[in-house]
Amino acid sequence: MSTRSTALNRSAGLQKPNKPRDNQDLLPGLLLGAPAFLLLLIFLIGPFFAGVTYSFTDQRLISPNPTQFVGTRNYTRMLGFSILTLDSIVDSQTGQPQLDANGKLQFPRSRDFTRDETKYPQYFGLTEWFTVTLGGKEYVILAGDPSFFRSLTNNVLFALVVIPVQSAIGLLLALLVNLNLRGRNFFRTMFFAPVVTSMVVVSIVWRFLYDYNNGMINSFLSTISLGAIQPINWLGDPSTAMAAIIIMSVWQGAGMQMMLFLAGLQGIPAQLYEAASIDGASTWQKFRYVTWPGLRNTTVYIIVTITIAAFQLFTQVFVMTNGGPSDSTTTVTFMMVREGFREQNIAYASAIAVTFFLIILAINLIQRRLLRGEA
Amino acid sequence: MSAQLNSRPKSYTPTSTWKLRKSLTAVGQYAMLILLTGIFIFPLVFMIVSSFKPTNIQIFSDLRSLRAFLPVGDLSLSNYVSVFENSKFPRFLLNSIGMSAVMIVLSLLVNSLAAYALARLRWKARKAILTVIIALLIVPFETIAIPLLLMVSKLPNLTFDKGIAFAQGWLNTYQVQIVPFIAGAGSIFLFYQFFLDIPKELDEAATIDGASKFQIYRHVIIPNSGPVLATVAILTFLGTWNSFLWPIMTVQSEDIRPVMVGLQYFFQQNVQWGQVMAYTTMITIPVLILFMAFQGAFVRSIATTGLKE
Repeated sequence: MSTRSTALNRSAGLQKPNKPRDNQDLLPGLLLGAPAFLLLLIFLIGPFFAGVTYSFTDQRLISPNPTQFVGTRNYTRMLGFSILTLDSIVDSQTGQPQLDANGKLQFPRSRDFTRDETKYPQYFGLTEWFTVTLGGKEYVILAGDPSFFRSLTNNVLFALVVIPVQSAIGLLLALLVNLNLRGRNFFRTMFFAPVVTSMVVVSIVWRFLYDYNNGMINSFLSTISLGAIQPINWLGDPSTAMAAIIIMSVWQGAGMQMMLFLAGLQGIPAQLYEAASIDGASTWQKFRYVTWPGLRNTTVYIIVTITIAAFQLFTQVFVMTNGGPSDSTTTVTFMMVREGFREQNIAYASAIAVTFFLIILAINLIQRRLLRGEA
Repeated sequence: MSAQLNSRPKSYTPTSTWKLRKSLTAVGQYAMLILLTGIFIFPLVFMIVSSFKPTNIQIFSDLRSLRAFLPVGDLSLSNYVSVFENSKFPRFLLNSIGMSAVMIVLSLLVNSLAAYALARLRWKARKAILTVIIALLIVPFETIAIPLLLMVSKLPNLTFDKGIAFAQGWLNTYQVQIVPFIAGAGSIFLFYQFFLDIPKELDEAATIDGASKFQIYRHVIIPNSGPVLATVAILTFLGTWNSFLWPIMTVQSEDIRPVMVGLQYFFQQNVQWGQVMAYTTMITIPVLILFMAFQGAFVRSIATTGLKE
C-alpha cells in the first residue's frame, strides 16, 4: 500500500510540467550530498580507474624508477597459456622407448622448451602447470603464471562445491525452523551464530579443530572408527587442504542461507498450500510444485551471493594455510594481496584485480538475466 | 489416553495413530534440530570452554571425550590474564571500539544526507549520480584495495610529533582505517530506498511551516528512519569490527592495530591454545550478545545486503 502510493507520488513528481522547478533544490542537493559523493569519488571511483591504468604499467609500491606503460604485458603473463606435446625419449642404441626405474616412459623436460627463446619462442616465459600422459605422449599444460590458474581453479572448485551443499543445508534448516515448533527461535539463533562470528576467529578455532596431532576432528574420527581412521593432516596435505577450507566455510555460512530461504518461504502465499491440500497433494508434491517454484528468485539470489563470496575467498586462506601447501589453497584475491602487498607489484596485482572485477561483473549480469526472465 | 478409549471407542484407532505419528514426527524433528544445533555451535562452545583450561595438556586430553565441551577439571582465568600480559589487547580493543563508534556516527550522517539529497530533493544531476551509485554497488572492495593502498601511501598527512608538519603517507594511522570507508554505495542505497517510502506530505507540511531542507532532514526524515539507521549502524559496526584485509596491509604499528589483526599476530606467536581461545572469546562474546539483543535487526541487516568481509 505504502509503496504503491509513493510510486504514484514519484511518477506525479516526474511529470510536473513546470520545468524550472525541476532543478530548484540544486544547491542544497549538492551541499548535502557533497561529502559522500566526494569520498566515493576519491576512495572508490578514483582507485578503480587508477587500478585499470596501473594494470597496463610496471607500477610498484615503492620504486626509484619512473613508471612506464608496458601494454598488455601483465595480462599476457597472467593469462598466457599453451599446450606442449612431447614424444617419449627413444634410446638411440636400441630404438626402444627409454623407461625409468618404475617402468614408466620418460619424456624430455619441459624446461628445455620454455627456456629456449631462439628455438621455441612460442613457449618462452611459460611455466609448467600440470601434465597429462595419454597414449604414449605427454601433454604439458604451460601457463604464464601457473599460480594464477591454480587460484582460479580453486575459486571455481570452491563455488561448485559450496553452492549446492550450502544451499541444500540452508534450505533444510529453513524448512525445519519454519515448522510450528516450540523453541524454533532458539534454533534459528544457534544456526545463525557462526554467521555473526568474525571469519578470523572462526578460521583460528577451526585451525585447532583440524590440527594434525591434537585436533578434535582427528580425535573424533579415530574414536568413532575405533582407531581405524588414521589422523589426517587436513591443512598440511595438498589433497585435503582445500576440502578443509570448504567444509569450514559451508558450516560458517549455512545460517545465512537459512535466513534467506526462510524469508522466501514466508513470502509464499498460504492459499497456494491450501489449494494444493484440497487437490490432495502429498507433502512431497507440495514441496515440488509450490515451495520450490516459489523459492526460485531466492535460490538465484543465494547462488549468486555464494558465487561472488567464492571469488572473494581470502580470510580463511590467509589465516589457515597461507595459500599452501604448494598453492593448493591460493585464490584470486589471495594472489592479488600476495603480489600487490608482499611483492609490492602494484601493476600485476591490479591486472588480477581487473580480471576479478570482470568475473564479478559477469556473475551480476547473469543474475539480472535470470531474474528478469522470470518476472 | 485410556479414558479416551473408554468414552469414545469408535474413534480410538485413527485418532491415536494420528497423534502417535504426529508426536513421533515432532520427536524426530526435535532430534534433528538438536543434532544440527550441536554441529553449528560445537566450535564456539569448545572455544569458550577451552579458554578457561589453563594448559595445553588439559585441553588435549579432554579432546578425546565430551569433556572438550564441558567446563571440567582445572579451571582458571589464567589465560585471560596472559592475554593482557602478553599483548596490547586493551589497546586493540579500544582502537576497535573507538573506530567503530566514529565510523557509525560518520557513515550514518554522510550517507543519509546523500540519500536524502537523491531521494527527496529536486535537482537535475541526481539521476545521473544515482545511476553511478547503483553501478558502484557491484564493485567489491578487493577490486580497489591495491590501487587504494598505493594512493593512501602517498596522501599528505599532518603530523604533530615535532610541531605541526606535513608528512607523506597515511600508512599506520587511524584515518587510513576510517576515511576511505565512511561513504558507501550500499549504505546510500539502503537509505535511498527507505526515504522514498516516507510520505511526501510530511515534507510539504514542513516546507509550508518554513522549514529549510536541512531542517526537514533533521526533524522529519531522520525521526522516521529508525529501522534503516539500525541496519546501516549494524553493518558499519560489523564491517569495522571484523576489518582484516585492509589493516593487515596498512597498519604495522601495534598502537593503532584493531582487534582482528591483533588476534592474527597473537595467534602466530602463541602456542598456548587456551590463551588464543581467551582472546577470541573476548572479541566474540560481545558481538554475540549484541546479536541476541537485537536479533531481528541483525538478521534483517545481514540478509538484505550480504555480510561484508
